[in-house]
Amino acid sequence: MLIQLDFSAVLAAWPLLVRGVVWTIALTIVGTVLGLLLGTACAWARARNLGHRPAPLRWAVASYVELVRNTPFIVQLFFLFFGLPALGLKLSPEFASVLAMVVNLGAYSSEIIRAGIEATPRGQIEAAHSLALTPGQTFRRVVLPPALQKVWPAMVSQIIIVMLGSAVCGQISTPELSYAANLISSNTFRAFEAFILATLVYLALSMLTRRLLMWVGARFLIGR
Amino acid sequence: MVEFSLWDILRNLLMAARWTVSLSLIAFIGGGLVGLLLLVARLSKVRGMDRAVGAYVQVFQGTPLLMQLFLAYFGIALFGIKTSPWTAAAVALTLYTSAYLTEIWRGCVSSIPKGQWEAAQSLALNFAEQLRHVVLPQALRIAVPPTVGFLVQVIKGTALASVIGFVELTKAGSMISNATYQPFLVYACVALLYFALCFPVSLVAQSLERKLHGHRR
Repeated sequence: MLIQLDFSAVLAAWPLLVRGVVWTIALTIVGTVLGLLLGTACAWARARNLGHRPAPLRWAVASYVELVRNTPFIVQLFFLFFGLPALGLKLSPEFASVLAMVVNLGAYSSEIIRAGIEATPRGQIEAAHSLALTPGQTFRRVVLPPALQKVWPAMVSQIIIVMLGSAVCGQISTPELSYAANLISSNTFRAFEAFILATLVYLALSMLTRRLLMWVGARFLIGR
Repeated sequence: MVEFSLWDILRNLLMAARWTVSLSLIAFIGGGLVGLLLLVARLSKVRGMDRAVGAYVQVFQGTPLLMQLFLAYFGIALFGIKTSPWTAAAVALTLYTSAYLTEIWRGCVSSIPKGQWEAAQSLALNFAEQLRHVVLPQALRIAVPPTVGFLVQVIKGTALASVIGFVELTKAGSMISNATYQPFLVYACVALLYFALCFPVSLVAQSLERKLHGHRR
């Protein structure tokens, strides 16, 4: 059979695609910022060279990290969106999506950041103590910046994985890019074309994001 | 209304988990074979092969697995072949796995010192012999931990096949949760089953990694 692709109907629906891209970017930005904060907090709680933490805290964080890293994102999303209302906690699709992305990136980034923190020589932390810096100041000024700098490329890859993972959020009708593609494909009956187009947009987004984030890293992390 | 006990839910989920396991194995084995071919093609220094495989890897790593599944599902149908969710999921996951594995293995091969290649060449081994007797045996040792670790990603990736209607663990979970009106319990069970599948694999990968680094030191 001859394959005939017709993109005109799909391209005519460009406002939907644009809205989808905007939502995908917005989800990624909010999810990344909050996810990195959560990941940093978890790395702080688990890093072996930052002093002793109470065992219950370490165990709670370790279980969270391992549980999230060993279950699919789509199940985490469904659990939050469909499961939590049973406990009386009703979330909007958008909020559930952001929450799932934060929870997901928090777990993965905590392991990445922890690897960077644990590469900090003990002497530097002792030196910071001897300069009468508080543990908080030591962490923020001495430990964290070089740790982030070391692991930034791995972090960028993880952020991109989370952005691509956000395609699943369309399944609970968050209006992001893959949701737009689904909508267009059912409006125009041009499923293959709609998904090709969306996939190309995702490819461009991930390449641009990598460039942008590597630039941000070189500009603001290395330059300190 | 029929009452569902926890055991009923778990039993049905366990039955569906078989499909998650089969799909993971198919993707892992198929992806391994395709990945190996791509790796050899890339190493063979055939003109343009390096860039072609690089582009292939970038496309699969730079787009969502969900889109790849949709494209396989609707794309195979375009050729006039009747697609089942099974075929589409197996094809998409195999290609996805092959792209990641070929990239992981390329890193392992490139960590073998160049002198090893040159030594093998000076022994008058041809390309296939260099690979088979000198480079791959050494690269294999380094490749095992990250390859096992990637199996976890494959198992989690199969969950997306639920979206194109393949009844595996996640899809079974949503069907059971619709029937029982107990989404919290059902999805918690689904998550725990994935955890039971993935966590042992993660632990094996970690311990292999530790062994390898211990040996090198």
